[in-house]
Amino acid sequence: MNVIDTLIGGLLLGGLYTLFAIGLSLIFGVMRLVNIAHGDFIVLAAYIAYLVIGATGLHPLVALLVVIPIMAVIGYLLQKWVLNRTMGDDDVLPPLLVTFGLAVIIQNALLAAFTSNSMRLSAGSLQTSSLPLGSIQIGLLPLFTLLMAVVLVIVLEFIFARTRIGRAFRATSDDPQIASAIGVRADHIYALAMAISFATIAIASVFLAMRSNFDPYSGPARLIYGFEAVIIGGLGSFYGTLAGGLVLGLAQSFGAQISPNMQILSGHLVFFIILALRPRGLFPKAP
Amino acid sequence: MSEPSHPSSDWRRFIAISALLVIGLAAAPLWADRAGLRLLGEMYSLLTLALLWNLLAGYAGLLSVGQQAFVGIGGYTLFSATIFLGVSPYVAILLGIVLAALAAALFAPLLFRLEGAYFAIGSWVAAETIYLVFTMIPQLGGGAGMSLPAAVVRGIAEDRSTREFIIYWLLLAAGTGTLFGAYALLRSKVGLALTALRDNPTAAASLGIDIWRAKFWTYVGVAAAVSAVSSLIFLQKLRISPASGFSLNDWTVTIIFIVVIGGIGRLEGAIVGTAVYFLLREFLANLGPVYMIVLGTIAIITMIFARRGIWGFLEARFGWSLLPTTRLPPHEDKI
Repeated sequence: MNVIDTLIGGLLLGGLYTLFAIGLSLIFGVMRLVNIAHGDFIVLAAYIAYLVIGATGLHPLVALLVVIPIMAVIGYLLQKWVLNRTMGDDDVLPPLLVTFGLAVIIQNALLAAFTSNSMRLSAGSLQTSSLPLGSIQIGLLPLFTLLMAVVLVIVLEFIFARTRIGRAFRATSDDPQIASAIGVRADHIYALAMAISFATIAIASVFLAMRSNFDPYSGPARLIYGFEAVIIGGLGSFYGTLAGGLVLGLAQSFGAQISPNMQILSGHLVFFIILALRPRGLFPKAP
Repeated sequence: MSEPSHPSSDWRRFIAISALLVIGLAAAPLWADRAGLRLLGEMYSLLTLALLWNLLAGYAGLLSVGQQAFVGIGGYTLFSATIFLGVSPYVAILLGIVLAALAAALFAPLLFRLEGAYFAIGSWVAAETIYLVFTMIPQLGGGAGMSLPAAVVRGIAEDRSTREFIIYWLLLAAGTGTLFGAYALLRSKVGLALTALRDNPTAAASLGIDIWRAKFWTYVGVAAAVSAVSSLIFLQKLRISPASGFSLNDWTVTIIFIVVIGGIGRLEGAIVGTAVYFLLREFLANLGPVYMIVLGTIAIITMIFARRGIWGFLEARFGWSLLPTTRLPPHEDKI
């Protein structure tokens, strides 16, 4: 029974990690950009949600309707005004170092504004409710998190495969120059991709903040989990990212069974094992 | 482009000035007080780390965010080898070098599989992994860390000031050794390959440069050197904990800001960046978090508007070059 418990716990945890990962996966797919501040923006969004809830008294999930547009606008403008200036040639250093600087700025700005005390968003009855499944109790919030991740993955796959904007994303990803020759403006497309990435950051932030404590320094660990999920799953597909998130969740869940301080380490070890055995991830895009 | 890059003309003057500077700094115990020596020592250690990170990121294109792994290994090996094996601090430093090089050689083949930017976060995960392993070894004191016993410290010198002088000289030697070592390396055949790698990896590969090997040896060599400097730093601090030994902020964030602001991909950049960093710290450190915000903002502005940093700007504007590593092609015909 314990094994099944651990298994389910791992899959549910994997849902949260998928939420961390999906935005990273998206911007890497569209523009080869790695946002080192991804985790710190998740934490920033959690603080924004905290402020919104404080001002309006909304439930965190309803507050998302406010936080998502705020984050999307931040993402759009960040890409348009800052990151686009660093892209264009093949040098990966400038965008990486700019987001690295942003990460440090966000951490310290949050520290100055909110102190290092950790906080949490109250999800009301959702926090404590659970669904009996045989002899196992499944927490409603973790279950809802996993469902959210699955829905988000399906929606993004649909956007990429079937819509006009998705075609523009793929065209720009394949060749920005040719895309712009046929009337797709790469800088605008990049900014849109970042806006969507930031919308997923908003969602990830609220689910994180309802589930566990966060403080100004919580960002880097979220970046690392999201990154591990992306690499384990294989670059280039959202389904892969979901699989990567679930594998990471399982690895951590079973690691925690060995010893509590093995949880995070087992995630790292599985990441390196995958890198050694399947460097392109479990589900790489067909070459 | 037609600057006199054959060093022979300026060579003697350059050697003379550098020698005078090094002798002056080596004589610091005569003209600086204890706090002054400590500050200088800290400058040398950060300069060394900055030079090393610059070699990695600026030349080999390996943007590592995980150099704190090798700082931690160096520090912890010094403490555990002197305490548990009873060896002298100098032997412990050599052991740390070997261990850091081994760890780097183990992770490099895995990390090099990560495409460009993802290498950065991969190197960070490697550092986190090593950090977690160190926190799990109970003999190393867990989260609380460990102290260097007085007996070990006395192995360097009996009295305190002599000890401080020796550590100061070792740090000075590390700084100047790394600076001139990096300079010699970049002027050598290997350095030419690294510079080619910096400027155009694809062209470098087509010229027959084995990119993987060049990157591998740079990564391993830098890890070994970082470990050596770290042993000296912690020999001075006398205490280590996982949080201080593997600090991302102290050993990687600071260093990256120094190199980016001073000028990435230029040896002089690390020197200028270190100077700017310490100047800013004098004026802004009491601002707490605001200080890091200011540093981060300067680094971002540098990356967007002057990608080659302060030194790159001066070099382009005035044609300055302290440590010229550019070379004229052989048999160049003057037209």
